[in-house]
Amino acid sequence: MAKEKTLIEMIDISKSYDGEVVLDEFNLNIKENEFITLLGPSGCGKTTTLRILGGFTKPDTGKVLFQGEDITDMPANKRPLNTVFQKYALFPHMNIADNIAFGLKISGKSQEYINDKIKYALKLVNLSGYEKRSVTSLSGGQQQRIAIARAIVNEPRVLLLDEPLGALDLKLRQEMQYELRRLKNELGITFLYVTHDQEEALTMSDKVVVMNQGYIQQMGTPEQIYNEPENAFVADFIGDSNIVDGTMVEDYVVKINGYKFPCIDSGFGKNKPVDVVIRPEDIEIGKPGQGIIDGVVTSNVFIGVHYEMCIEAGGIEWLAQNTRSFAVGQQVSIGVAPENIQIMNKPQSEDEEAISLEDVLGDESEGTPEEL
Amino acid sequence: MKKFLSAPFIVFILAGTLIPMCVIAYYGLTDRTGAFTIQNILAVGTGDHAKALGLSLLLSFAATLICLILAFPLGLILKDSKLGKKGFMVFLFILPMWMNFVLRTMAWQVLLEKSGPLGFLGIINTPTAVVLGMVYDYLPFMVLPIYNAMIKIDDSLIEAAYDLGASKSTVLRKVIAPLTIPGIVSGVTMVFVPSLTTFAISNMLGGGKVNLIGNIIEQEFTTSSNWNLGSGLSLVMMIFIVISMAFIEKFDKNGEGSMI
Ligand SMILES: Nc1ncnc2c1ncn2[C@@H]1O[C@H](COP(=O)(O)OP(=O)(O)OP(=O)(O)O)[C@@H](O)[C@H]1O
Ligand SMILES: [Mg+2]
Repeated sequence: MAKEKTLIEMIDISKSYDGEVVLDEFNLNIKENEFITLLGPSGCGKTTTLRILGGFTKPDTGKVLFQGEDITDMPANKRPLNTVFQKYALFPHMNIADNIAFGLKISGKSQEYINDKIKYALKLVNLSGYEKRSVTSLSGGQQQRIAIARAIVNEPRVLLLDEPLGALDLKLRQEMQYELRRLKNELGITFLYVTHDQEEALTMSDKVVVMNQGYIQQMGTPEQIYNEPENAFVADFIGDSNIVDGTMVEDYVVKINGYKFPCIDSGFGKNKPVDVVIRPEDIEIGKPGQGIIDGVVTSNVFIGVHYEMCIEAGGIEWLAQNTRSFAVGQQVSIGVAPENIQIMNKPQSEDEEAISLEDVLGDESEGTPEEL
Repeated sequence: MKKFLSAPFIVFILAGTLIPMCVIAYYGLTDRTGAFTIQNILAVGTGDHAKALGLSLLLSFAATLICLILAFPLGLILKDSKLGKKGFMVFLFILPMWMNFVLRTMAWQVLLEKSGPLGFLGIINTPTAVVLGMVYDYLPFMVLPIYNAMIKIDDSLIEAAYDLGASKSTVLRKVIAPLTIPGIVSGVTMVFVPSLTTFAISNMLGGGKVNLIGNIIEQEFTTSSNWNLGSGLSLVMMIFIVISMAFIEKFDKNGEGSMI
């Protein structure tokens, strides 16, 4: 299937600034028509990755292939991709229409075609009638949308978007997320999307790449990333989580602070220290004695769809979410279904929180439970 | 409080600018007996004066153009050079400004003299030498504002232009040049106005053979001691300067919006 064809390959890309490593042997394959999101905390190298693809930063080592052809040294203006910059980068001396028309004029399109495209693009980003406005008269969110319009009118093969919805309010952001997805399906453009908003990454992407300190922590579908985080960093970064120390007593049993929890993981060996991840919505709250540990509710906040509660049980402060409310001070018990307990190997040392790609691959080749 | 703080400045403006201007206007619009006349103003249209004014306009226009042609690429080079080197290069260009203006011009006089190291060029006492002097003396005033405007251009704008497929020359014409206009406008003003009114450069490098309007005015005040005529011609110059600045300003408005 043509859809499965690899469009871009980043091979062993390394980049450091003044001796500080920003990307380390970074490998990424982007398939045609895919929506890939780079997700990670500030400073983890997301923009740098996009800049290397866009041709604005030269990697120290490694290659970028486009349809198998080496484009590492190809100048930015020759690359078949367009970027929506994190800082918008609209031309302040041109009005909105001229900004959008910039790329089209260069590629020698007719005035009629350009006018049509401007209208179409402005409608798409909900700013119809803004043709003659000056850039400086727009709000941050409006500028961001014009930046998107300016890039898509060129119908590039690949669109690189650097936090393109960061300045928008929630409602507009959701609308634009929907529009971008629709656009992707309509125009058949491959998207490489950068965000540090995990919810946005999970809702929009075909594939999510979680990065930290220049390493890929995990790559997979949104479901895989959310349900089967490969290490504590991913679990912590994707949504709220209870990450606690545990011991794998034997296959299918993990002990947390002396309490045994049945689980579905095996192959860790006996009495091996592990990290245990439990999502707040997976904590079942019941009457005392019903669950695995008895405890007491210490806080309760209504956060929209459900209540978010802290429950002190077995010497651990658990974060729990439930549609039912349990009053502060109430005696309860907590339990977790075996399939909702996620067991992960501990990083070797504190500063190895950023597990390198090799480690992740190494773990996989040993056959971690997640693989089974 | 604010008013009080600005008082010295207002006094300075009054004493240093406004009062002398009124004095010039008074002399320019009267004759030796003190009677009102516009003869001193109209005198600019007569033979020698008109010729000197024409030559002044021509030479200062040429000097401004040359400065612009030199300063624009120079600004680009300065903008692109590495941070440490940048400071040094800018320093190199400001360095001559620390030297007295008359001394700098005199240095060229010595260099260009018949017996001087550049005497073989044979340009001393010609308009060419005067233009050379103007360019040398006023080039920093063109380079600095252009450089300042250029470093203010966000690199991401240039990258965005490349990203949209622009070639180097398109980026230069469509992005860098329009965004440098405020700098060009101040540069042009700061080179054109002093070039138009100079008499020192034409005295030293023109050897009395290149008569600019500045020289004529100077002579009226010194050798001919006709303050009325000198003032009248000065008034005409002021009008010329105001008109040219308004013209440049308008050009700026068209190209740039309100960046100044
Ligand atoms: N031109 C540069 N010179 C020096 N250091 C740089 C440069 N560009 C990026 N860095 C450094 O590289 C690291 C990664 O930067 P990058 O912009 O890729 O982060 P990011 O993931 O996009 O972060 P954010 O979410 O804040 O945009 C940062 O520590 C940054 O300081
Ligand atoms: Mg960034």
